[in-house]
Amino acid sequence: MAPIKVHGIPLSTATQRVLATLYEKELEFELVPVDMKAGEHKKEPFLSLNPFGQIPAFEDGDLKLFESRAITKYIAHQYADKGTDLACGDTKQKAIIGVAIEVEAHQYDPIASKLSWELALKPVFGMVTDKAVVEENEAKLAKVLDIYESRLAHSKYLTCDCFTLADLHHLPTVQYLLGTEAKKLFDSRPHVSAWAADITARPAWCKVLALQKH
Amino acid sequence: MAAIKVHGNPRSPATQRVLATLYEKELEFELVPVDMKTGEHKKPHFLNCLNPFGEIPTLEDGDLKLFESRAINKYIADEYAGKGTRLAFGDNKKKAIIGVWMEVEAHQFESAASKLTWELSLKPVFGKGTPDKAVVEKNEAKLAKVLDIYESRLAQSKYLAGESFSLADLHHLPSIQYLLATEVKKLFDSRLHVKAWVADITARPAWCKVLCHACRSKH
Repeated sequence: MAPIKVHGIPLSTATQRVLATLYEKELEFELVPVDMKAGEHKKEPFLSLNPFGQIPAFEDGDLKLFESRAITKYIAHQYADKGTDLACGDTKQKAIIGVAIEVEAHQYDPIASKLSWELALKPVFGMVTDKAVVEENEAKLAKVLDIYESRLAHSKYLTCDCFTLADLHHLPTVQYLLGTEAKKLFDSRPHVSAWAADITARPAWCKVLALQKH
Repeated sequence: MAAIKVHGNPRSPATQRVLATLYEKELEFELVPVDMKTGEHKKPHFLNCLNPFGEIPTLEDGDLKLFESRAINKYIADEYAGKGTRLAFGDNKKKAIIGVWMEVEAHQFESAASKLTWELSLKPVFGKGTPDKAVVEKNEAKLAKVLDIYESRLAQSKYLAGESFSLADLHHLPSIQYLLATEVKKLFDSRLHVKAWVADITARPAWCKVLCHACRSKH
């Protein structure tokens, strides 16, 4: 039995963020499905793993964590010498990665998550897309991607010429949005388009996508 | 001239988050005021040189430029680990637990707290109208649920990530301070362990220095 367990589902963007990190680090783990339809995440024993009742939750031996971005940072540091180096450089380089991680979490993700929900997930659940929400958030995402376009003109990835956690954290929503009308926002910006194509082609990410097919 | 500069406003919660960290670490710094009223933070110089997202605060440490208050604080805590209060300490597992509660503050607590701070504390000050009662009611209910979880957590340890004060606790200070002066205070007071934790962290000398900055500022 693997000491690392992820409690979540392959469709969840937050779960995918953690799975991508585990695959990049080439770590063995067990994905423990959580029955969202039955509300398993809002009951014990799940609440003992995450009192906020959200997936994913994570176990490494007797360590229990939640919040996907805290989990990925733990994995990147604890297993620094395995697989891809995701948090590289000195304190100053790490600080720049830290800024990009906060930008993803606070400037990009709230907008990208709303769009992913409206355009990619609601149809899957037989719900109707809210066009006003889509229009509002596509305009907001365009402004964020303009800033990303300027940034990616200077380096191959968001913080430097190496792929880091800052790039990885974007993968779940970038992947969803590339399968919707929002793809145009990426395609019309050459550096963003190249970056999105590059990160979504990574072998570790392809393994995450493969899980969704089961 | 100090090597560390913070561009911001002493009444801005995000700026206060960074000032608190600098005071905890006993670091010299210069606070460079940003004229929000004239939209200085949205003009080309600020956008091109300091923060392309047009928000305060930003930090300069020598030739390093950073923005996003929580990223700035993590940098200060790591770069100056040997100075002042230890804010991000321990082995990887201990740091991971601090990391979890920093994410909780950023994603679970702050979304409700910042809306309440805006409606009840800042909107009146900026002359942007009266509090929206529906927004206040909805976010008080959300915050109550979050604080119930904090109450259980703080029954087990003095601070959120363990027995020592860390960045996870510090990040809450600006919003908590604003909300203590509003009707939301009742949500903290009605939970024994949360109330004790709030009283403890808001009494820290470094935090009191941040409040002095805010009192002295004319904006």
